[in-house]
Amino acid sequence: MLYRETGDFKVSYRDDQQTFPIIQDRWLFWGMLAVAFLVIPFIIDDYWEKSIVLPFLVFSLAAIGLNILTGYCGLLSLGTGGFMAVGAYASYKLMTAFPELNIVIVILLSGGVTAAVGMFFGLPSLRIKGFYLAVATLAAQFFLVWLFNKVPWFYNYSATGQITAPERSIFGFAVTGPEATPAATYLFCLAFVTVLALVAKNLIRGRIGRSWMSIRDMDIAAEIIGVPPMRTKLSAFAVSSFYIGIAGALYFTVWFGAAEPTEAFGINQSFLVLFMVIIGGLGSMLGSFLGAAFMVLLPIVLKNIMVGGFDVLPVLAKHVEITLVGSLIIFFLIVEPHGLARLWSIAKEKMRLWPFPH
Amino acid sequence: MKMKVFVAALAATVALGAVPALADLTMPSLSYRTGPYAPNGIPFADGYADYWTLLNERDGGIEGVKVKNIECETAYNTQQGVECYESTKGEGSLAYQPLSTGITYQLIPKATADGIPIHSMGYGRTSAANGTVFPNVFNFPGTYWDAASIIIKYAMEQEGGSLKGKKVALVYHNSAYGKEPIRTLEKLAEKHGYSLMLLPVDHPGQEQKATWLQVRREKPDYVIMWGWGVMNQVAIKEAASIRYPMDHFIGGWWSGAETDVLPAGDVADGYKSINFHSVGNDFPIYSDLQKYVYDAGKAAGDGSNAGTVLYNRGMAAAMWAAEAARTAMKIHGTKDLTPPMMRDGYEALNVDEARLNELGLPGFTVPVKVTCANHGGPGLGLIQQWDAKAKSWKIVSDFIGADREVVDELIVEDSMAYAKENNITPRECK
Repeated sequence: MLYRETGDFKVSYRDDQQTFPIIQDRWLFWGMLAVAFLVIPFIIDDYWEKSIVLPFLVFSLAAIGLNILTGYCGLLSLGTGGFMAVGAYASYKLMTAFPELNIVIVILLSGGVTAAVGMFFGLPSLRIKGFYLAVATLAAQFFLVWLFNKVPWFYNYSATGQITAPERSIFGFAVTGPEATPAATYLFCLAFVTVLALVAKNLIRGRIGRSWMSIRDMDIAAEIIGVPPMRTKLSAFAVSSFYIGIAGALYFTVWFGAAEPTEAFGINQSFLVLFMVIIGGLGSMLGSFLGAAFMVLLPIVLKNIMVGGFDVLPVLAKHVEITLVGSLIIFFLIVEPHGLARLWSIAKEKMRLWPFPH
Repeated sequence: MKMKVFVAALAATVALGAVPALADLTMPSLSYRTGPYAPNGIPFADGYADYWTLLNERDGGIEGVKVKNIECETAYNTQQGVECYESTKGEGSLAYQPLSTGITYQLIPKATADGIPIHSMGYGRTSAANGTVFPNVFNFPGTYWDAASIIIKYAMEQEGGSLKGKKVALVYHNSAYGKEPIRTLEKLAEKHGYSLMLLPVDHPGQEQKATWLQVRREKPDYVIMWGWGVMNQVAIKEAASIRYPMDHFIGGWWSGAETDVLPAGDVADGYKSINFHSVGNDFPIYSDLQKYVYDAGKAAGDGSNAGTVLYNRGMAAAMWAAEAARTAMKIHGTKDLTPPMMRDGYEALNVDEARLNELGLPGFTVPVKVTCANHGGPGLGLIQQWDAKAKSWKIVSDFIGADREVVDELIVEDSMAYAKENNITPRECK
């Protein structure tokens, strides 16, 4: 009744092919963007910034990156943590080597460096698929973290191997370093996520995205209809790594300001992002956001409910949280193996039929 | 639509997140009772919490103001540590003791910007001992570099005054924490003519076969360990399995607790480690703890850790924080403390032998006098040795001083590099 295409006439191809063909979706999308850009910056504080909003934005970006590779091109990767480390160390080296360079350029260049590294580690994908490729990318994960821990050049010969982001600002507002205000860092990350998400959405809808999906669905058939597997797979690795690299750069420069490779970019990080993609929904943009929100926010919400709301001992709350998050993951995968995004599209179908379900 | 779930979750957390402050002095405890570092995190957190309970029950708090100890679980993970910091700082937290070098590194710039003091007691960034560059960070009573230098000094004594031509191996946690002593050990190697062998162990440290195979092949004269959590237990077991002489195996002060040696059983006998406080429960304060805390059923955790090394260390951390709060009240003439006042309290802290006696802790630890320029304390340490039969630590040396000449030079060098990198002008100290 309230949510349907009926009566929403399209008179041009342009209208017919827009990102959100249903008018309510468009309203919702613009409404959320308006809230995100115009309301949240005024109410955000340190806790919301560092514990909730930045983690959500950064991991959404990483999840989009991995979704492009795994969800759209069908190439399973366990190297996400390693690629995030490449982004972080690239931004660190760029920031310290060229102090005048604008932080936006630094972050985009870090994405570029990661794309190159990702393409290199994507080369085996031309010969191997599935679990074997997962193992090859796992090698990338361990190699990259080992490299950043081993070679002192990457951490500018600091005594402890820690890297620390110096302060950088845009339009006079600090976005990295301890003096950065929550609103500035939030808007900075939000701008990156919004632009890159729109780019990804349109890449996927276009020729490149379709060639990825054809490789995913059946690579031999795709090759026969003229999709070059090498270029397609490597472009998937490049674009995916670009996103993950930017996520890593934001993770290090804006969110944490300091990092240590073994902890910040370990194998756990790779699994975390992979779970986000699987729980959110493989091959879905919305799923990347939902998965990131689920994995980032659920532990914090549970903790606040238990410790803040019911005064449970923190250690007990932690144990319950670990158990609950695990069981919820299993629950959601049993109830809806296609992820949270699929739940949302089922809800949309129901809304279209409401109030006359059949 | 991508924001919908997010906004809903925001609303849920807003509704449940805020907790009103109940007491006047908020002392957060970033503890870890889960994960691979829990064996060490639990006794420390228990000692820390029990000391506050004792003050509240026996004296009604500090100078009559109750202390509120809020625990937040970090699992020794930086990300969760930052979350804990952000969620507790709004409740008026006076000082942070993260008990993790990684989290300390992360919090130094944040806490400095927020004006909240950090007391990283014997861990964290060593060069924070330079109070002119790090006004908000305290790491007394000693730093990693002090500890490394004291261990070398002790080894030299054992060898009759010289380590020339000897081989020393460092088995370390491959993180900022474990890498801390390397620079000092290298400098000392130049000075004393021993050769240094570096053996990193990756988090969480359960897999050390290859490391100890190397030790077995190279046969170093001394093995020094910078480990934490399960890594300590595994290392001691592995050392025993290659029959490395235990009295030549010396741990840093985070590698010398009961939980580290007990799992290895009898073979751990003779293992040494450095410490900056006494061991056991032979102090007058323990009778008060018994009366007001344990018997009243108010002990933190399961109450089984009283008197262990890390429990005592947790108490020491709380004791210094309490004395700093007392000092701050005296300086500012108010009982309503703010974090910057607490910082002043830490900086004017003076806990000498007499004060330790009054607190029921005679000879418990080194006397500490913090000054504007020196936040690193006296830098003294003693060597303790594990007696597996008696299941207790024995103190086998007096307090030894660090090689100040080498350590101080390194501290100045490193802190000045930090100041330059972050555009800090070192403040003047009178």
